[in-house]
Amino acid sequence: VKAHLLYRDRDFDWEAGLPPGHEDLIQDLELGTLLQAMADGDKLLHEVSTKVLLTCLDDPEAIRYRQQVLADCLAHPEVIRQIHAITVGALEDRRRMWLGSYGGSYQSASSNLSGAVSHLEGYVARLRQLRQIADGNAAPFRSDGMRRLFTTLQRDLGDAYFEEISDHLKQLRFRAGVLVSARLDRDNSPDDLVLRASGEARRRWAERLGIGPRTAYSFTIAPRDEAGSQIVADLTSRGINLVANAAAQSADHIGSYFTMLRAETGFYVGCLNLADRLAAKEIPVTVPGPAPSAPFTFSCTDLRDACLALQSQDRVVGNDVQANGKQLIVITGANSGGKSTFLRSAGVAQLMMQCGLFVTARSYQANVTRGIFTHFIREEDSGMTSGRLDDELRRMNTIAGQITPGCLMLFNESFAGTNEREGAEIGHQIVRALLEAQIKVFFVTHRYALADRFRRQHPSVTLSLRAEREPDGRRNYQLAVKDPLPTSYGEDLYHQLGGWLDEDQASIPASGTRG
Amino acid sequence: LEAAQAAPERNADRPCARDLNLDQIVAAVAGDREEHDLITTVLFSPLHEAGAVRYRQEVFQDLEDPGLAGAVRRFAGQMSEVRAHLRQLGEMRYRHQREGWLLDAAAIYCAAVASLAGHLTSARLGAHALQAFREYVVSYVASDGFTALARDTHTRKDALGKIRYCTRIRGDRVEVSRYTGEADYSAAVLDTFDRFKQGAAKDYLLQYRLQPGMNHVTAQIAELVARLFPEEFTALTEYCRQHAAFVDDGIHQASSELRFYLAYLDYIAPVRAAGLSFCYPEVSASSQEVRAAGTFDLALARKLALVREPVVTNDFALDGPERIFVVTGPNQGGKTTFARTFGQLHHLAATGGPVPGSAARLFLPDRIFTHFEKEEDLAAMTGKLEDDLIRIGQILRAATPASIVIMNETFASTTVHDARFLGTKLITKLIQLGALGVYVTFVDELASLGGQVVSMMSTIVPGNPAERTYQVVRKPADGLAHALAIAEKHGVTYEQLRERLGASESRFAGERGDGA
Repeated sequence: VKAHLLYRDRDFDWEAGLPPGHEDLIQDLELGTLLQAMADGDKLLHEVSTKVLLTCLDDPEAIRYRQQVLADCLAHPEVIRQIHAITVGALEDRRRMWLGSYGGSYQSASSNLSGAVSHLEGYVARLRQLRQIADGNAAPFRSDGMRRLFTTLQRDLGDAYFEEISDHLKQLRFRAGVLVSARLDRDNSPDDLVLRASGEARRRWAERLGIGPRTAYSFTIAPRDEAGSQIVADLTSRGINLVANAAAQSADHIGSYFTMLRAETGFYVGCLNLADRLAAKEIPVTVPGPAPSAPFTFSCTDLRDACLALQSQDRVVGNDVQANGKQLIVITGANSGGKSTFLRSAGVAQLMMQCGLFVTARSYQANVTRGIFTHFIREEDSGMTSGRLDDELRRMNTIAGQITPGCLMLFNESFAGTNEREGAEIGHQIVRALLEAQIKVFFVTHRYALADRFRRQHPSVTLSLRAEREPDGRRNYQLAVKDPLPTSYGEDLYHQLGGWLDEDQASIPASGTRG
Repeated sequence: LEAAQAAPERNADRPCARDLNLDQIVAAVAGDREEHDLITTVLFSPLHEAGAVRYRQEVFQDLEDPGLAGAVRRFAGQMSEVRAHLRQLGEMRYRHQREGWLLDAAAIYCAAVASLAGHLTSARLGAHALQAFREYVVSYVASDGFTALARDTHTRKDALGKIRYCTRIRGDRVEVSRYTGEADYSAAVLDTFDRFKQGAAKDYLLQYRLQPGMNHVTAQIAELVARLFPEEFTALTEYCRQHAAFVDDGIHQASSELRFYLAYLDYIAPVRAAGLSFCYPEVSASSQEVRAAGTFDLALARKLALVREPVVTNDFALDGPERIFVVTGPNQGGKTTFARTFGQLHHLAATGGPVPGSAARLFLPDRIFTHFEKEEDLAAMTGKLEDDLIRIGQILRAATPASIVIMNETFASTTVHDARFLGTKLITKLIQLGALGVYVTFVDELASLGGQVVSMMSTIVPGNPAERTYQVVRKPADGLAHALAIAEKHGVTYEQLRERLGASESRFAGERGDGA
C-alpha cells in the first residue's frame, strides 16, 4: 500500500537531506513567508512544505503529475483535508498508547507483542475510516495520483483482509500454548527457535507426509522449581521473539504508511492553505508551464514575488519578461528600483513550479533546472570591509562545489567587496565559467563595468533589464529591456538616507562609475 | 619451531627492562593472550648467536606476507578456540552437552588444520622453520588418524545438524516431538501485513542472554530429543569414545609459537602504518661496528603513532675503534630517548624480531647493563652518591668486553666537578674494558676523552633555541646550546617570549621534515 501522491512511481524521501545551499536559498528568497502561509501554524505542514518545495523536480512530466493532483485537491479541498486528518489521528492514537502503557521502553518479547497487537488494533480502525472515504468520494477525482490512492485503498483493504488481520490479532494472544521448533546448538542445547502455527497446518502436513501419530515425550517442571519455571518462560520468550518482532514491525510499517500519507497529503493541504491566503489578497495565480531543460526558456506576465505579496499591504508590482533563448539575465538600474524583488520573484516562481505548485503570475513558462543556488549580498558582509571579498569568494567556493550543469544561479550584487574593476574581472570569470557549464544565471548588479562586460561578451545569450525611473524621478519598480547605463542612481539614495554610507566608505563604488 | 628455548638468563627483572621501556613493549606484545607467558619468556630471553637470530628472522620475514600471516593468524585463533572448548569440557555436567561440545571442538580443529595445510602448500616459504613445519602438517593431514577424525566429525555434525524438533510449552509442561513441517507463524504474520511494508524496519528482536551451557531443563529436553533420534545420539557417543584426545602435540605447540611472531608483528603494525620503517638487522656476536639509520624508541613511537603525533628518528654509527657515545645537549632534547633506543634496539635484535629503523647492523651482547638516573632522584638524598657508586661498581665488575653499558645522567646530582671527575674515571674504565656504551651527561668535557668516544648532541633549531628537534646528531659538545637550553627550559628566551605572546606554531612543525 503506497500513497504516491508526490511521485507517480515512488515515495517521497523524507529522510533525504535538503539540497546543498538550501539555507542560503531560504534566507535569500525569503521563503519563510511562503512556508508560513502553507503551514498555517502547523509544524508538520511547515516541515513537509519545506522539504517538498526545496526538493526540485526536474522532469516536466513529474511536475504535471503533481499539478493534476493539486487541481483535484483545489476542486475538493474537504476530502484531502479529511484524509489528512485521519492520518494525523492514527499517529496521535499511537503516541497516546505509547505514553500510556509502555512509556516507550520495551521490556520483553511478550510485552513487545501485546504492545504491537494494541497498535495494530488502533491502526485497523483508522484504515477502515480511510476505506469509507474512498468508498464515498472517489468518483469525481480525475488525477492519476488521487484515483490510484482511492483504488489502492479499496482493493488492498477489502473486508476479507480486515477479517484475516483480526484472526491474527486474536491468535497472537496465545491462549493455547506456544509451539516452537528448534535445532541442536553446538552443545546440543535448543537453538534457532521458531514459532510454529499449530492446529490445521500440522494435521495437513502429517497426512501429506504419511507420518503416523506423532511420537512425543514430555515432562513437567516440579512445582517448587522456580529456576526451572524461569527457564521455560525464557524458552517461550525466545520462541515468540520473532513473532513479536514481526508484529511490532508490521505495526511500524502501517505506522509508516500513515506517516507517509500524512506527509504527502500534508503538502497538498499546505498548497490549499497558500491558495486560500493568496485568494484573500486577490493575487493572481497560474498553473505554470514547465519546459524541458533545453532550450533556455523564461517568459512571464505579471510575475510577482509571492513572499512580498503575502507580506505587503500595498499592491505589488508585477513584471512581464520575455527571455526565451537567454541564458544570462542581467538586471541593472536604480537602487530600490525593484531589481532584487524581480530576482526573488524569478527564484521563488521557479521553486514553486518545480515542486508542483501554482505561481503568482498571470502566466509563467520556464525551463526546469536541476537546482537553484543563490549568492546574495549579505547584511553581515557590509560591516567587514576587509574580509568581505574573502567571505564572498568563500561562499562562491562552496557553491562551486555543489552546483551542477543545468542549475539556476541567482546573483545579487555579488563581488562588490572590492573595487569595480577587480569585481568585474572576478564576476566575469565566474559567470563565464557558469555559462559554459550550461547554468542559467540571473545577475543583479548596480555596477556598470560588470553589466556592460556581460552584454558585450555574451551578446546573443544575454538579456539586459533595467530598473526604470519615471520622468519625475520616482521609480515604478518595473523592469524594461534596456542596456545598462554608465551611471547608477545610488547618489540619490545616498542623499535620501543621508550618512548611511558614511559609516562604510570602502563599500562606496569607485568615483569613476558615479558619473 | 625452537622459538621458545629454555631461558637460562632473563632480562625481565633487571633494571634494563624498565630503563629501556622493554617492560612496556613486552607487556603490550603479550597482552592477555593465552600465550602470554610464552611470549614474555621469549622476548626477555635474548639470543646470543647470529644463526639463532637469523632462524627467527626468516620466520618473521615469511610472515610479512599478509596472505600467509592471515592464514596463520586464523589457524592460531582456531587452535586457541579448540583449547578453550576442551578446557570447558571439564566443567560440563550433562552427557549430551559434553558430547556435542567435544564434536564441535574437533570440527574447529579439523577445519583449522586442513585450511592451514592448504595455505602452507601453496605458500612460498623461505624460513627453514616454516618449511619443516609444512612437511609436518602435510604428512599429518594425510595420516590415517587425521583422515578418520575429519570424516567421522563431518558425518556426526551433519547428522546432528539435520535434526529438527518441536517443543510445545503450556504452563509448566514441556512436550518434545519431531518437527513435521508446521508453518513459520512469524512469517505468516509478516506476510499478512506485507502490503504495508515501507523500506527497512526497526529491529525489535530481543537478545536473550542464555545462561552459559546447558541447564537442567534443556538437559531434559536434550534427553528427550535423544530418545526421538536414538541412532544419531548413539553414534555420537561412540564417536566421543573413539576421538576423546584428538589434538596433535606438534600442531598444538606450533600454534602457540606462531602466536609469538604474530603478536610481535601486530604490535609494530600501527607504527608502520604511521610511516616508520622496520628492518631485519645484520647481527654479529663478534663485530662491534654497529650502525642504524632512521631508528627510534619503539614504545614511544607506538604511543605517538596511536595519537597521530610525528616521531623523530635518529641515526648512529660506531666505526673502527669507536665504542662509546657520550651524549650532551639541551634537556628534553631527546638524549634519554637516544640512549634508550640504542639499548632497546640491541635487545630487540637479539629476540629475532624486526627492529625500528630503515637499516641496521647490530651487535649481540652477552648482556645489557643500564643505570638510569630517575627524575625524582635528582633532588639528591644523602647516601645517593654512595649507592650509585656501589651499583656502578657492580656493573663494571659484571660487564665483559661483549657487554653493552648504558648510563643516563649518572652523577647528575653531584657537583660539576665531581661529575666530571667520576665520569672521566668511569668512561676511561669502559674504554679499557672495550664494551659498547652510551653515556648521557651534562658535562661537555666527557665527550672528548679519546678516539673510542663519539660525541653526540641533542639539537635545537639554529637561531630558534625554543624549538627542539629531538634529533641527536654526531657533533662536538657545545656549552652555549646548553646554556640556551636552560633558559629555554624556563621558557624565557626571546623567541619563546615573542611566540608565547603571539601566534605560536606547532612545535612539531619543524620535525616533520627532519623526522620522517
